[in-house]
Order: sequence, then C-alpha cells, then structure tokens
Amino acid sequence: MAIQSSIRANLYKDSVSLMRISQVTVARTGVQRVTLLMGTRSNKEFLQQAGLMSPALESAKPGDIMIVVADDAPEKLAAAEREIHSLIAGEEPKGGSTESAAEAPPRSISGGVAMADHADLALISVPGPYAAAEALKALRQGLNVLLFSDNVPIEQEQAIKRVAAQKGLLVMGPDCGTAIINGVPLGFANVVRRGAIGLVGASGTGLQEVMCQIHRHGQGISQAIGTGSHDVSSEVGGITMLQGLELLAADAQTKVVAIVSKPPAPDVQKRAIERASAIGKPVVICFLGGEPAASAGNVHRTSSLEETARQALALAAPGQPERNEGTIEQLATRVCASLAPSQRYLRGLYSGGTFCSEAQTIWRAAGIRARSNAPLAGVDRLADVEQSHGHTAIDLGSDEFTVGRPHPMIDYGVRIERLLKEADDPTVACIVLDVVLGYASHPNPAEILAPAIRRAKAAARAQGRELPVVCFVCGTDSDPQPYETQKAMLADAGAEIVGSSTGAARSAQAIASRMAVDDNATGRRAMQGGER
Amino acid sequence: MNAAPSALQNKTSVISLGASGLDRGVESSGAPLVRLQWQPVGDGSSEVAWSLAQLVGDAGDADCLGSRIDRANAEVLERILTAQPVWVDVAAHASEVWPDMGRTLLHAGPPIAWSDMCGPMKGAVVGAILYEKWATTQQEAEQLVAAGGIRFAPCHEFGAVGPMTGIISPSMPLFVVLNQTTGNRAYAPMMESGGAKTLRFGAFAPEVIEGLKLIENVLAPCLKAAVAGIDGGLPLKPLMSQSLHMGDDVHNRNTAATLLLYRAVTESLLKSSISRDLVHETLRTIGADDMFFLSLSMAACKATMDAAHGVPFSSIVTAMARNGVNVGIRVSGLNGQWFVGPADIPVGLFLPGFSEADANPDIGDSAITETAGLGAFAMAAAPAMVQFVGGTPQDALRYSREMAHVTIGRNPGFTLPMLDFIGAPVGIDIRKVVDESMRPVINTATAHKEPGMGIIGAGVVQAPMKCFVDAVGALATVAAR
Repeated sequence: MAIQSSIRANLYKDSVSLMRISQVTVARTGVQRVTLLMGTRSNKEFLQQAGLMSPALESAKPGDIMIVVADDAPEKLAAAEREIHSLIAGEEPKGGSTESAAEAPPRSISGGVAMADHADLALISVPGPYAAAEALKALRQGLNVLLFSDNVPIEQEQAIKRVAAQKGLLVMGPDCGTAIINGVPLGFANVVRRGAIGLVGASGTGLQEVMCQIHRHGQGISQAIGTGSHDVSSEVGGITMLQGLELLAADAQTKVVAIVSKPPAPDVQKRAIERASAIGKPVVICFLGGEPAASAGNVHRTSSLEETARQALALAAPGQPERNEGTIEQLATRVCASLAPSQRYLRGLYSGGTFCSEAQTIWRAAGIRARSNAPLAGVDRLADVEQSHGHTAIDLGSDEFTVGRPHPMIDYGVRIERLLKEADDPTVACIVLDVVLGYASHPNPAEILAPAIRRAKAAARAQGRELPVVCFVCGTDSDPQPYETQKAMLADAGAEIVGSSTGAARSAQAIASRMAVDDNATGRRAMQGGER
Repeated sequence: MNAAPSALQNKTSVISLGASGLDRGVESSGAPLVRLQWQPVGDGSSEVAWSLAQLVGDAGDADCLGSRIDRANAEVLERILTAQPVWVDVAAHASEVWPDMGRTLLHAGPPIAWSDMCGPMKGAVVGAILYEKWATTQQEAEQLVAAGGIRFAPCHEFGAVGPMTGIISPSMPLFVVLNQTTGNRAYAPMMESGGAKTLRFGAFAPEVIEGLKLIENVLAPCLKAAVAGIDGGLPLKPLMSQSLHMGDDVHNRNTAATLLLYRAVTESLLKSSISRDLVHETLRTIGADDMFFLSLSMAACKATMDAAHGVPFSSIVTAMARNGVNVGIRVSGLNGQWFVGPADIPVGLFLPGFSEADANPDIGDSAITETAGLGAFAMAAAPAMVQFVGGTPQDALRYSREMAHVTIGRNPGFTLPMLDFIGAPVGIDIRKVVDESMRPVINTATAHKEPGMGIIGAGVVQAPMKCFVDAVGALATVAAR
C-alpha cells in the first residue's frame, strides 16, 4: 500500500474534528485510509505501531496536524491530500476585512472570562498534557473545573486539586465524563428532572445509569458531582469526593446522597465513610466491585447500580416498587430454549466502563469465571483485547480502543465490528450491549445498532444458531434521543431489552448458569432438534 | 486553610474548551456558555503550558507567583503611562555621549557577530568604517572587522535605538530625548535623506558618506540650536498623540509628526543666529522626508521603555528589536537578557520590480514603537497604513483590537479616534502572548537583502513566538526561586 505523509503546522484540532475530516475525505475521494492526528509523542507511537510513521512526520510538534493517506493506488493520494487541506482550511475562521473580527471567539481562559457572563465553571476537554495547565488558569480566575481530559500527569492533578481546595473550588476530574451542576448538564449527561437526590461519584456511566433510573421512577437529581477516576486513589486522597459530600451536605435541595464509585484506596474509603456518617442526611454508598459491607446508621451500602438507585429512591420517598426477579428468570428460560449446546459463553461489549465493572462483579459473585481488558480483582486479563475468550466483558471505551478514535458512545463502528465478529463464534450464548443516550452521545444510536443486531442474528442463524442480544438503554424520555423510541427500535431488531445495567448483567448470568448446569440436557435437546 | 467549596452558590456559567459536543447540554439548558477557540499555548509544548499556568495571577491569592507578577506589571504600566519624553538636545557626536566607545559600532537588534550579519548590516558596517576613516576601501574595512578591530554592541544596551541596520558610530550626531519623569535619556541617529542610498539600508557609496557628513556638519548643529531655542525642549508625547489623530502610527507613517516637528523647529531656527542657507538646508531636509520624525519617535519610546525596565518579576516586554537575522526581546523583570528567535520576512507590498525573494528578514530597532504601544498597536489611528497589506480600514481596527489581547493596559495619552477614543493597547505581557498564541504585530519597511539596495516594500511582520516562550520559561525559573 502506498503511503504519503505531511504536516499542517500550527493548527490544533480536536480528535472529533479530525475524524470528521478523515471520513469526509474517504467518502469524497475513495482513498482507502486517512489518518489525521496531532503530533504528540503518543500519537507518533500509535502511527509507529500501525506502520504508518514516516520520517516526514518526525518534526511534527504537538500543535501540528500529522496527515497520513494510504491507498493501493498511489495516484489517489495527491487528491486525498488536497481534499484534506481544503477541508482543514475550510474550517478555519474567516479572516479579512469585516467587523466580525471584533467578535472572534476568545482563545484563552482569561479571554473567555472577560467575555462571559460571570463565568463560574470551565469545561475542559483539551488533550491531557495541556489540560491541567488550563485547569490551573481557570482556578486562578475563580472558576470551578470539570476536567473531561484524561492522561493528566498525577503530580499535576495533585497540584490543581490542592489549589482548588485552598480556594474552595471544585475540580471534577481528570477523566470526569459527566456532571449536573445546578441543573446544567456537563459532558455526557442525560436529561433528568431536578429533585432531592444528590450524587457524587468516580464512575461516569454509573452516575448516568443511577440518575436515569431515579428519573424513570419519577424522582429527580439535585446535583451530580463527578470526581474523575483517579480522585479516590491514595495519591489524590479523594479531595473531590470529600468536597462533593461537603457541597451536598450544605445543599438545601439535597435530601438523600448517593455515592457511586469504584472501590477507593483504603485510607480514602475510610475518610469518605467517616464524612458520610456525619453529614446528617441518608447516604447510599456503592463501591462497585469492592467487598460487600454492612450498612450502619445513615450509611446504606449497596453493591449494584440498580440497588443504589432503588435505595436512594426509597430513602427519598418511601414506597418504591419492588424488584421483579421473575422477569430475569423468564427471559433466561425463554432464551436458553433455543440455544445450541456449544453456546455457553457471555460476551459483554460495553461502551460504559462502569457497566463492564458491574457485569464482572455480578458474574464473579455467581461463580462465572470471566476475562476482561479492564479486569477487577479475581477476573483474568484478556490476553488479546481483539479476541474474546470464554466469558468476556470488554470496556470498548478504554485507551487501547480509543487512541485516535472517538469514544464508542459517539462512534459505534468498533463495537458493531466486534458484535459481528462475536456472532461468528459458535460458543457465544449471549451478547450484552449498553446503549447510552444523552448529550454528547451518538445522536441516534438505535438507528445504527438495530441493523447491526439484525445482521449479527442473521449471521448466526445462517450457521444454525440463535444469537440472543441483551440490551439496556441508559437514558430518559427527555433525552435528545427519546428512550422509548430507542428501546422500540432495538426490540424490533430482536434485541432483548432489559431495564437496567444490573438487570442485563444478571440476565446474562442466568443464561450462562443454565447453559453450564444444563449442559447435557440442552445438548441432547439440541441434538434431537438437529435430527428432526 | 482550605476554604469551604462554593460550586453551587452561583448561577452556573460555563467556559468550554476542547472537544466539540461536550457542552451541548450546557447550550440546551440555556446556561450562559462561552466557547473558546482553543489552541495549545505558544509553541505547542505542554511543558511551557504548565510553566505558564504557574504564572497566572489570582485575585484571591496575593502571594502566588502570578499575583506578584501582576503587581510588578502594574508598576511597569505606571512608569510607561507617566513617562514624559522630551527632545532636549542634539549630541554633536555619539562619542560625546559614550566617551570610551572607541572603535565600537552599535547596531540594531539583539547581539550578533560580524560573520552572522545580514547583507545590509554588513554594508552599513563598511559604510560606518569608511565614514569614520578607519579604512579607505571596502576591502580594508572588511579586513579590519575580520581582524577583530571593531567591537559590536546592540544600540539597546546603550540606551539607544537605530532604524533598519541601526548602525551608530562615534562621529554620528544623536537626538537626545529626556524622560522628565525618571531622568533617563535615550538616543537615536538622524534619518538620512536619499532613500535607497543610505547607510541604514547598508549602502556605503561615496554619496552616502557625503550624506552622513551633511548630517554631522549641517543638520546636527542647526537642530541643536533649534531645540535649544525651544524653552524646556520639545515635549514629544503631545506631538505624537496629535499625530495619531492625524493618521500616523508614528512608526511606518510619520507624515503628520514630521510636519508638526517642522512647525516647531521653523520658528526656532529663524530666530536663531544660524545662516539663512543652513536654515534652508535643514528645513529642506526635514521637509523632504515624511519619515524624518521616526528617530524622535523611537527615542521617545526608548526613553519610556527604559524607565519601565528592571522591575523584578515583571513580565512586560521593554524592548523588541531585529538585527536582520533574529528578533530579540527584553523583559522588565529579567535583567538585560535577550530572548531571540528567527526574524520573518515582512508581508506586504513590494515596489515594482521586487518580490519576496529579494527581501531581507525583518530588521531595525523601530519595533520599540510597538513595544511602547504605538506602530501596529495604534494602527487604528492610521488606516492609510493597511494599504501596504492589501487591507481595509477595518483591518486597521482589527490590529489594534487584537493587540489588546496581549497587552496589560491602555495608554490614555495615545487615543484612537476610530475606536471611540479608547487608548492604544500598551505593555506587551509575555504571558499573554504565549497564552493567546498571538504574536505581536510590527509595522515595518522591507529592506533588500543586498547591501545598499534600499527599501523595496513595506508591510507587517510578527515577532517570533520562540522569544516569548523562552522568556516565559526564564521567568518561571526566576520567579520560582
């Protein structure tokens, strides 16, 4: 394959913009491969690994765009490159002789502060190596910070959180995907009504799932404060989680507090529980994947997202509907009836990291030995992330899948590819998919996912199998992609729709248990079926 | 010691930077939202970004580095705004000002060795040697320099500024400008008439040397007498202020300022005892050159910015100068250090028969005017100037507006009528240049890269980012101590 590389110097574009330019270029010129990346060290390593690095790109700086086009037909390359340059140029602000220059968007935090109406919060999603610097500038100018960016050096995270704590400001993140502050949704966020339950947590999709369930049960959220995934480490010390508890304690609207997090470092966990015990409001704590713990006083411990939502709902307004375990069993029985004996293994293909953890927790507790690219304690690491093995739960939002690509909650390409691959595997008993709605997520996920589910099921059927696909939708009826419509489109494609992440993982577990226990029986049944 | 968190007390109003789409919820909720057109700071290095962030001021933390820098900068701004540059004298020879300069030649821009000098500066060095009679031919002059017989130093390090090559030799007369507020003086050589055939563009033909002699023997004594006849000297700030209102930027357009100077010296010359012929020769020289005032404008700016130099911790640029190879800046809080980066070729119009291929990289000390908040920073006052870059009067306003992003204040002494008489932006802050990734703009003439070919065009040029990035790094190191 012929490869041509060049540099567009001194122009930063975020990965989403670069992806879009790549896609448009491929569509317009028919060139096989277009890769556009900023000239950071890690991106150069990525190109190296992909066999796309060339000497022409060595001199690229982090503020330069690296352009790589590849095609079997060398004559296509020049046209593709021209197209890329014109698309890049087309996006640049128009210079020239109009008054519009006067209202050119500000480039710096201080420029933004000067223009804004009493700015109070900076939403920062610039590349990790630059992110803490922007956060520090924002803090110095009196802004709270939501730091979506990841890959921030730990000493910089510590430094900014120290400054923030001194100043009474909040740094949500780094690696904080969601928050709702004073009713304003930030990052990946669902549209939920305001209410009496305040959330704080280190698990982005976990917070989204809990707030959606609360909304769907008719209650609402006062605040949702994300901490970012490193906050509960002992290096950072849970500064943001403790500040979040402080804020929710003082917030008059918040009647019940819920914490959703991966298990904090022991010292952080101790401090968080101590603080929670003393805030004078009921606190539900879900340290997902940690050791089960007993509730005490105002602190209620839970071990799944669904249980967390139910507990918070019950504390906020007694008399919530009970869980219906029967539906899970019915689903499992119905699904298993049509499975071949070879179909024994679960494949969770998650876009939400918390969902991948929750599934591992549930499967582990049921004695199902699973593998993952993001394994919890007691779960094996998947040797090759591209190749599932036995029961497998994959977080497709983790780094190995997202370098140079949008998150799988935005771009379903990688997940659909994987879904079709799993459909080819005769040992697969069930696939679990999460579909996350809300701002920043894909504008209409079911529209792409439903046909893919149909294709996957058809492919399996062509090989003489049924392929159950269990889906849950993390969203609300008020989201930009309406919840009921999305569910209906997926159900229409033959997906089994379950009401929660917890329910989906339990349903899969029930299927796996039946296929394991019932090994001989189903084998016989299938053989008989085959003979007919 | 930690303050109680207050994130929920105010109405949430968001500034968003980075990936598109993450603020869609903010937009839909109707909360105030400002999106930045974010670019990595400065040269795109994340280390610089982090250093820079340590230098940001904080209204709630007077002890942090940035707040100390802000206080130092307030002092610097005060010194700039209160400067009172007055033309008080003409020094008959530079050696009067610096008695032990010996065979020193001062030049424009940051320090540079003979072997690294561009064509025009080498030509000017030869011309100055011939003018001083240290040699009689070009070859002898070059041998003298090669043998180490000449010491070179930047004008800036002597309190002086020179246009284009900026060569000052011991026999040259100098304008003397006094900053009455602080008592410091600044010096600049007089503009030669003759267009291309001038030392400042690197020419050294016999008529060029004749022109220098004319300045030394006629112009200088006459103007010395003229300024002596003006009681208390000629205050330059009011004159420059008035010129801005008459369409000058007092860098690349000095038509009005030169006329105002002409008016001021005419009466003084006529009432002096100088012969009518010499008065006529002097007035003819001034009247023939629209740019004659530039020397005084530069000296006035230098007298102002030298007073602002040396305030510990300050991040304000006090000199920005080009030697035809590199651009160098000096920063108030960083002693006399130069921070250099490669000079660009100016963008603009070329005289017929010339093109970018003929152009020398940016050269001259005249960017002291931009450093002091004039020139391109006051472009809104001089819409005629933007014709050089093919722009419209709106572009002139844009330059002045944009430069406000990299400066810390406005000069109420230099107002811009087209921008509702707001003061011209002044006080280039290295932190802002890097943070905004916005390089200061300089109005300039373009020199031919061969010695003695003179001016071939005019336009604008931007100081290289490297100067500012390096200076931020140095300030971070110094301030952290």
